[in-house]
Amino acid sequence: MSALPPIAVLASRVRVDEKRLFDALEARGVPWEQVDTRWLWSRAGAPRPPWRAVLNREIGQARALYAAHTLESLGVPVLNRSAATEVCGDKWRTTLALREAGLPHPATALALTPEAGLAALAELGYPAVVKPLVGSWGRLVTPLPNEAVAAAVLEHIAALPGPQSHLVYVQELVRDPDAPGRDLRAVVVGGELLGVTERRGVGFRANVARGARSTLIEPAPELAKLAVAAAAAVDADLAGVDLIEDAAGRLLVLEVNDRLEFGGFQAGAGDRVDVAARIVDHLVAGAAP
Amino acid sequence: MTATTTSTCPECDSPVALAATPRLSEIFECADCHVELEVLSTDPVLLALAPEVEEDWGE
Repeated sequence: MSALPPIAVLASRVRVDEKRLFDALEARGVPWEQVDTRWLWSRAGAPRPPWRAVLNREIGQARALYAAHTLESLGVPVLNRSAATEVCGDKWRTTLALREAGLPHPATALALTPEAGLAALAELGYPAVVKPLVGSWGRLVTPLPNEAVAAAVLEHIAALPGPQSHLVYVQELVRDPDAPGRDLRAVVVGGELLGVTERRGVGFRANVARGARSTLIEPAPELAKLAVAAAAAVDADLAGVDLIEDAAGRLLVLEVNDRLEFGGFQAGAGDRVDVAARIVDHLVAGAAP
Repeated sequence: MTATTTSTCPECDSPVALAATPRLSEIFECADCHVELEVLSTDPVLLALAPEVEEDWGE
């Protein structure tokens, strides 16, 4: 009997999460190989690469998305699918998907120029927040307490190079960081909720990448249902769903991460759940023999 | 006790302690000059400055 073809793990930067995934693959005796996307290329219509499936852990959105499209077109299943990477990698596409699924989401608008951004903000009201369409870790997310600050920030946005930078994604600031309410990260694998952590950071951004600490909580049924529905709304088999509770206790889905970092979640969960192991089990179960 | 292997920071020439079996493309920080270093090869271990964070990096 011939050995199974390997699973490819796309990664140009091996962080603690990737090492956990590699360890989990090896612990299960799953043949795998690391594929550095910086050296990946493909001819259109090439034969199927010798991989049983692909786990997409590429850190760069552009490389992750084009790799997923390309490999799917050559017949290799990719986790997550390119459709999820496409939607999750764009905050506006995510907003639209969550709205279409009828899920609670902060009041959000997209202005196609910085000038139109002021008009959008006038309707949304202040305080608000402006976010880049692409990116993570709270990078360049800027609170807009009033119109004067918004006008100045939008002037800076107008000076950025490239038409994509001039698309302005603005959102109501759901709550003051000192107000009651929680920032939550739910991890969903294959439609199943692995757990929810509460994240407490410094300032208005509760990203683990910015030093926020995670604690595992017991999710209420409504929260569990919402997290699973959010992952489904963006077609993500693997999902890090970010939710926020407003001052009135209402849960809103902020965004869904398709190539989730789970170090903070894992630290909060301890040995109660092994995210890497669950991802690998799901990957292997879904991979063609 | 955790086994480690040692290499040299290409930026400041200080010794850098790595995991016993570092992974290709794994990231380490130099304890002296705090630059991020990427493992370019594992046998022998070769370190280089890690790429700067790009605009579209994330999760």
